[in-house]
Amino acid sequence: MTPFTTLVSIAMPLIRDNIDTDAIIPSREMKTVGKTGLADGLFAGWRYTEVGGRVPEPGFVLNDPGYARAAILLGGANFGCGSSREHAAWALAEYGFRVVIAPSFNPIFRGNCVRNGIVPIELDPHAFAGAPQPLAIDLPAQTVTDAAGNFATFAIDAESKAMLVGGLDAIDLTLRRRDAIAAFRAAHRAANPWVYFDA
Amino acid sequence: MGQTLFAKIWDRHVVEDLGGGTGLVLIDRVLLHERTGGVALESLAAAGRAVASPAQVFATMDHVVDTLPGRTDRTIMPTGTAFITATRDAAKAAGITLFDLGDPRQGIVHVISPEQAIVLPGLTLVCPDSHTCSQGALGALAWGIGSSEAEHALATTTLRVTRPKTMRITIDGVLAAGVTAKDLALHLLARFGSAGARGHVLEYAGTAVRALDVEGRLTLCNMATECAAFSAIIAPDDTVFAYLEGRPYAPKGALWDRAVADWRTLTSDADAVFDTEHRVDAADVVPMVTWGTSPQQAVPLGGAVPAFADVSDRDTAEAHGRALDYMGLAAGEALAGAAIDAAFIGSCTNARLSDLRRAAAILDGRHVAPGVRAICVPGSGAVKAAAEAEGLDRIFLDAGFEWREPGCSMCFFAGGESFGAQQRVISSTNRNFESRQGPGTRSHLASPETVAASAIAGRIVAPAALDTAAAEPGA
Repeated sequence: MTPFTTLVSIAMPLIRDNIDTDAIIPSREMKTVGKTGLADGLFAGWRYTEVGGRVPEPGFVLNDPGYARAAILLGGANFGCGSSREHAAWALAEYGFRVVIAPSFNPIFRGNCVRNGIVPIELDPHAFAGAPQPLAIDLPAQTVTDAAGNFATFAIDAESKAMLVGGLDAIDLTLRRRDAIAAFRAAHRAANPWVYFDA
Repeated sequence: MGQTLFAKIWDRHVVEDLGGGTGLVLIDRVLLHERTGGVALESLAAAGRAVASPAQVFATMDHVVDTLPGRTDRTIMPTGTAFITATRDAAKAAGITLFDLGDPRQGIVHVISPEQAIVLPGLTLVCPDSHTCSQGALGALAWGIGSSEAEHALATTTLRVTRPKTMRITIDGVLAAGVTAKDLALHLLARFGSAGARGHVLEYAGTAVRALDVEGRLTLCNMATECAAFSAIIAPDDTVFAYLEGRPYAPKGALWDRAVADWRTLTSDADAVFDTEHRVDAADVVPMVTWGTSPQQAVPLGGAVPAFADVSDRDTAEAHGRALDYMGLAAGEALAGAAIDAAFIGSCTNARLSDLRRAAAILDGRHVAPGVRAICVPGSGAVKAAAEAEGLDRIFLDAGFEWREPGCSMCFFAGGESFGAQQRVISSTNRNFESRQGPGTRSHLASPETVAASAIAGRIVAPAALDTAAAEPGA
């Protein structure tokens, strides 16, 4: 995973509450078993004039040339609610988003972002909306700074921050504790033998 | 200070405190389905990693498979077959148990896991599916994850989890006749909102919860994800033990007795402290239906579409207006009476035997209204077989319903099948999001009884209203 430290990018506003993962990537756009080939389906229901089509809906912000290179997405409350499909995070990442700023996130979606190098930032996005302007994200310092120099700090749990800043693979990290896990599991099995099918 | 039920299960599974509020948590069961599980298995294999404990992992086909009679691996959506075959191949290679097409145990993952007693009280269970919280109904800590997390659980038998907060909703009193677990779930969503339990393990307690059978508890816990909960849980009791005893994967003999003795300790202590507590009077709950595009946009069945002023604590003006536009409704309009194009009974929320029995009781001797497409999709092969053994399939078919093979189906147009644009659908499912059941489709969530009654009337009605209408001469 690409480590994330700082980023400067314009921020694309899509500030609607309860944007669900069906909206981020509709079922019909999940065409392969893999994690790629999803960027074209990102927000497909809002982005194109017809179902399954590829003619841009001119009124939708993703098609506004002013935001063409945005790597920061501004969303509404409870962003990423609904289905656990990680395809939502894969589609956002493949399209080029590295940061989502929203007042709140669905917990499963939030975890999927962290596992895919997208920084979920819990802040009121309205402070950064308006005309396209660059924002500077500093993850180690936990700050967002706008073009005028106004900045806001955000909270993020230590585990997520370490994973994102280090670009770490969680499985590798955990497998270093392989022996501790095996010992704990053996004790758990002895106390709860009905849990295990491979006794 | 006493412990919550959640803390008791958490403590017996934390391998190590990773600091910063995160624990390395032992995972007892991993469940997979062909849409998000196949990709996890493939990705794991591509990384050269093995499934650490295949005996604890189960997979099923539900999210992509067709539900049409005589189905094969082919799906309406041409790209669907690859999900089915990839999952089958990967499951076989990894040595995990797969409930494949044609297996009588196949069905929706959150229906078959309790049915087979794969989920048990006190377990940690994960599945790359948001409705995994359903399985907390049996007293397990069961939660939905993404595919990467599933890979982690498969490779390590653990997950790195930020300890969730705790919330208890105590529902005392008695639900009135005709008020179901689904109505209770929608009532709670309307009251506490789509982010009302964000990041919390939500324990349901109280006499009204204790009185629910296991299937009703599964329905109630199912919709906890719609209020952004980490999961939901209900303390296991004799109702749960009686349900589980003798099922295929339940412990047997002396081990069963030992397990039950342990499970009886899995309750929140009297002096346990929750981060948040709410109390609800069961008498306040009435049959509900959603009007909008978020499950929190629910009102009593006899009510009207709310004006923005009525819900301004919950919805923004933009969200409220957008939902009205999408649904083709106006504020103040009565929901009862809205003409429907289709009726759907199915999903991990409401496709178990008791759901089908209650719907069939309404459909018996009646027929769906002209022009209404009505579909019933049993939640599993076992539900379907049991329903057919007692003749429920005949009642559905005679009433004009389609009777399908088990799967998620048109809860979210699995396999590429969908309802049409601007079609109004009354549905026993869990999500009324824009385009969830088909591009432009307008979904109204309700209990199976309300779906059945509305299918007969051709418009949204309460089952009780159907009886009244039938009794009126000339009606």
